[in-house]
Amino acid sequence: MNLALIVIFGTILISSLVGIFAGRHVKMNLENWTVGGRKFGVVIIWLLMAGEIYTTFTFLGASGWAYSKGAPAFYILIYGTLAFAFSFFVMPPLWRMGKKHGFHTQPDFFIKRYDSRPLGVFVALIGVFSIIPYLQLQLSGLGFIVRVASNDVIDDKVAIGIGFVLTCIFVFTSGIRGAAWVSIIKNVMMIIAVAVVGIGVPIIYFGSFSNMFNVLIERMPHHLVFPGSVPSMDVRWVMSTALMMGLGFYMWPHIVGSSFSAKSDKVIKRNAIILPLYQIPILLIFLVGFTAVLVLPGLKNSDTAFLELVNKTYPSWFMGFIGAAGAVTAMVPSAILILFASTLIAKNIYQTGFNPKAKEESVMRLSRIMVLVIATFALVFAILIPNEIVRLLIVGYYGVCQFFPGVVFGLFWKRVTRAGIWSGMVVGVAIVLVLIITKKDPYLGLNAGIIGMTINTLIAAVVSLLTKMKPVDLT
Amino acid sequence: MKKGTKLALIFGAIPYLTMVLALPFVNRIEPMILGFPFLLFWILFWVAMTPPILLLAYLCEKKFNPKEEGGEQ
Repeated sequence: MNLALIVIFGTILISSLVGIFAGRHVKMNLENWTVGGRKFGVVIIWLLMAGEIYTTFTFLGASGWAYSKGAPAFYILIYGTLAFAFSFFVMPPLWRMGKKHGFHTQPDFFIKRYDSRPLGVFVALIGVFSIIPYLQLQLSGLGFIVRVASNDVIDDKVAIGIGFVLTCIFVFTSGIRGAAWVSIIKNVMMIIAVAVVGIGVPIIYFGSFSNMFNVLIERMPHHLVFPGSVPSMDVRWVMSTALMMGLGFYMWPHIVGSSFSAKSDKVIKRNAIILPLYQIPILLIFLVGFTAVLVLPGLKNSDTAFLELVNKTYPSWFMGFIGAAGAVTAMVPSAILILFASTLIAKNIYQTGFNPKAKEESVMRLSRIMVLVIATFALVFAILIPNEIVRLLIVGYYGVCQFFPGVVFGLFWKRVTRAGIWSGMVVGVAIVLVLIITKKDPYLGLNAGIIGMTINTLIAAVVSLLTKMKPVDLT
Repeated sequence: MKKGTKLALIFGAIPYLTMVLALPFVNRIEPMILGFPFLLFWILFWVAMTPPILLLAYLCEKKFNPKEEGGEQ
């Protein structure tokens, strides 16, 4: 047992030290802190992107969904792949514009492209409000993994507290570089954990993957086709959710921001080509959930499926390894989320909204202070309101996918106007809020995000055609 | 639109066609392929095909749009 604890806390500590060291010898101005001086090559960008799409959610949510819901979980495999195909076309031009005008954040793009500071502030606000649940999700996941992996010796709150304070420290010192370096440890550990368990458990209990599927189909004939074991998640739900998240993934402010850290648009394109292969390990996580539903049916909380099955199958030190992998898997995305939420507040809410003359150093200083503020808020939320894991993430997506017309039209359609983007986005956000508050999500089988996003895009197009805007000089 | 971009977009649409639009038609267990239920196999197959598809898109852009707009350094 003690061995598991040593593995968990040793890993958390070493990762944080690596994160802190990553920023040594780098003069920390806003450019270096947020976008790594735009110097990252294919490998680091890959690590960052892999660090962002594989979160604690991957460990717990994907296996939990495979366990409790069955086939609807497949949307996770689909949306990431769609997102990378999308990024192939959209991110290189966005990067080029970012390089030319020195963007650090996504609202920077809106401000320049639509020549509107209020629009930038609005986008930053929606961005921050969407990031908070995503961050909270990472924290709850961290606490949960460490508690279960330590056999309830360590309380959630203690684990969240320690992991989070250390994460904040390396974000504070090293910015995005810290996240990129820690992501090396994270990816290696996670791949080992997923490969050992995902290949291991079906074979240990059933002899082979195909035998496991045969037993599953015999016992639960509907689990592996839509709507799986949850009637409301039919094929329409899967299609709309995969599409919304596939188009919405690259609307996240922290994903856009970390893409700006690439050293060229080619780096982004090459990454878009290879990243879908990194979706395949999700299959192994599904296999763990499917095996668990046969071996350990009737778990009270399906998010524990992965950990309970490991606990039943492997020695306790390996449980410690899983706990450690889970903890760093939460720390990397948390770091990037905190970094960009802080920058959005300092640069695009404070500077853009209230004090356009603020010097870069003071924006930088404020960003660093915001790291601590946001961290405290998320910590309090995570401790007070734990939630079902996947649900939280999906709600954050509803917010950011409202940026879709603003980004895509802004890059590829000269005729688009500020009035068009404003009206589309306000209506889109309103629709999402109303559907969530009145509990009408999913509506007609479609998720609220895609409904808001579709109407938003239509309004943006129509209003743009009806209005005029003084062309913005983008050269 | 440049010819390379058009071809690349056609390739880029394939994952969306196969993994979103086609889902209602592949929502079944039989035939099992390599031990996997058909629906899961279908999705996995297209996930694995996406890198070669995007590579083709990349090559089309390169071949037919000889002068990619600036930025590459």
